Amino acid sequence: MTDTRDRDDVRRPPARAPRILGFVALKLGGGALSLLLVVVLGFFLFRVLPGDPARTMTRSAPVSAEQLAALRHRFGLDQPLYVQFRDFLGNLVRGELGTSYTYNRPVAELIGERIGPTVLLVGTATVLAVLLGLWMGTRAAWRHGGSADRWFTSVGLTLWSVPTFWLGLLLLMAFGVGVGPMPGLFPVAGMSSPDVPPGVLPRVLDVGHHLVLPCVTLVAVIHAQFMMVMRSSLLEEMGEEYLTTARAKGLREDLVRRRHAVPNALLPTVTLIFLHLGLVVSGAITVETVFSWPGLGLLTYEALRVPDLPLLQGTFIVLAGSVIVMNVLAELLYRVLDPRVRAS
Amino acid sequence: MTTNPPSGNVRSRRLAALADSWRVYRAERGGVLGLAVLVCAVLLAVLAPVLTDSAELDVTGVDASALRPPGAQHWLGTDESGRSVLLLTWWGARMSLLVGAAAAVLSMVIGTVVGLTAAHFGGWVETVLLRLTDFFLVLPALVLAIALSTVLSRGLFTIVLAIGVTSWPQTARLVRAQTLTVETRPYVERARALGGGHGHVLVKHVLPSVLPLVFATTTLTVASAIIAESTLSFLGLGDPSRISWGAMLKSAMDTGAVTAGAWWYLLPPGIGIAVVVLAFTLCGRALETVLNPRLRGGAE
Repeated sequence: MTDTRDRDDVRRPPARAPRILGFVALKLGGGALSLLLVVVLGFFLFRVLPGDPARTMTRSAPVSAEQLAALRHRFGLDQPLYVQFRDFLGNLVRGELGTSYTYNRPVAELIGERIGPTVLLVGTATVLAVLLGLWMGTRAAWRHGGSADRWFTSVGLTLWSVPTFWLGLLLLMAFGVGVGPMPGLFPVAGMSSPDVPPGVLPRVLDVGHHLVLPCVTLVAVIHAQFMMVMRSSLLEEMGEEYLTTARAKGLREDLVRRRHAVPNALLPTVTLIFLHLGLVVSGAITVETVFSWPGLGLLTYEALRVPDLPLLQGTFIVLAGSVIVMNVLAELLYRVLDPRVRAS
Repeated sequence: MTTNPPSGNVRSRRLAALADSWRVYRAERGGVLGLAVLVCAVLLAVLAPVLTDSAELDVTGVDASALRPPGAQHWLGTDESGRSVLLLTWWGARMSLLVGAAAAVLSMVIGTVVGLTAAHFGGWVETVLLRLTDFFLVLPALVLAIALSTVLSRGLFTIVLAIGVTSWPQTARLVRAQTLTVETRPYVERARALGGGHGHVLVKHVLPSVLPLVFATTTLTVASAIIAESTLSFLGLGDPSRISWGAMLKSAMDTGAVTAGAWWYLLPPGIGIAVVVLAFTLCGRALETVLNPRLRGGAE
């Protein structure tokens, strides 16, 4: 036993770098496996499960047998499944996601156009929700059982119980259309107005004006989750002895919280925030639908109404894939942030 | 606890434990409130066909004008085809509660089986199942549910399946953690030493101690399943032949009731969802407190 330990001790310094590389490789490998699963799932869901996609895409229109056969041939549906999957993978590697039935344009191109607005909406909302949620969670936990705690918790729980799209509809009616004597303050649909004067600043202001309602809706619903996570995470730290030590040193309460308790509570919160990104994406789909925000969520909605299977498959792979990529990044980041994980 | 209690005592002991839990539960104000709301909601939903006339839900059978504000005849106004919003909301509760409960039960079964299997058998089975659980945990649930309900034929079963299949990972992780703890206890080891097989150990010893926790999580899962149901219906992926809160909100948006300022059409279904979901959440949190003594009285 002692022999092995000694040898380990001797070996430690040179072994450190490979271990981190090994960790990174493990996480990247796991992420790659998940991405592959998304692709397989995407193929299975949209090619295998519907039975005959040609029938699904012509659900509402009467078609002859020849037309169906032509459609099947055009989309390669008359090939054996493994050939279809091989072609699908090959196309995917080349960045091709097929052709949309409704737009008659490449899916990848359509998705490319819609990514920007979604990133803008989801990014802004996530940053605001994280800041608000962490601040509220810290306040609530630090004065556990106090009035701020009770208020934040009950408002958070209530907002959490409300469907995102309904809150969006309410805000749309109250502040977009206007109620009673109050006129509509914000635009009800889209991302920009047609009659904006030229120039960068007016255009930015116009987009910002359109962004307010969808963004507020998303923040209202998702900040509650971050608040609860931060609250319980900080509550776990509250009984720790290092806080007593910090207080015994004579540190002000404010400093004990900011320098000692919050940084430790933040670590588990960071992973959970990334874990909940899927939730933000789900929220974005309905919010974009309500406010006709021209992003991936609205594109998904347009695709599922037809249903436009290649387009839906594309948005599925892109949305699920990006959430997985963000999670792998979070796990790597966590390793950098938490010295305890780094050491073990 | 060291002596082996005769099997007749097991029942009375469990009953006593249940009574104990109920006493703790009663002290949770939120939980009691949630439970009361749920009992009322379920009763109203079940009794809807007895207390109201379903003929008035038929678009062709009504003669009131469309989108009329609340008045003496229609307390909550009318929808785009002249039906009473009060009646629609009442009947919508049936669909939301039914789908929410069914999807939560499906998710509970999948989660429990996956969690138990992973923790009990370990090895590569656990590796594969955990990998799968983490994959589904990260995957945006709504995106997968949309995909499933688009490719399958519309209907009650599809929507239950779509929600159940996407919401089990939390339960699986919880059950796995709990199973790992339970399996280290001496009585499980003893059962194994006495020759108990996998099935015996899992069903007779592990499952009973895992189930209460599963029950608490499932209560919370019902809450998210109801939101998921309303979201899918709102996107037009619900059962088109049935009234649901999500479907009401969809027609409110599609027929321009929102832009016309018909607040009486928009508020009731949404408030219905919020109240029921909040009630389930309160019950679930109270149950967690009962089962987890660490949460009791908060962290001091």
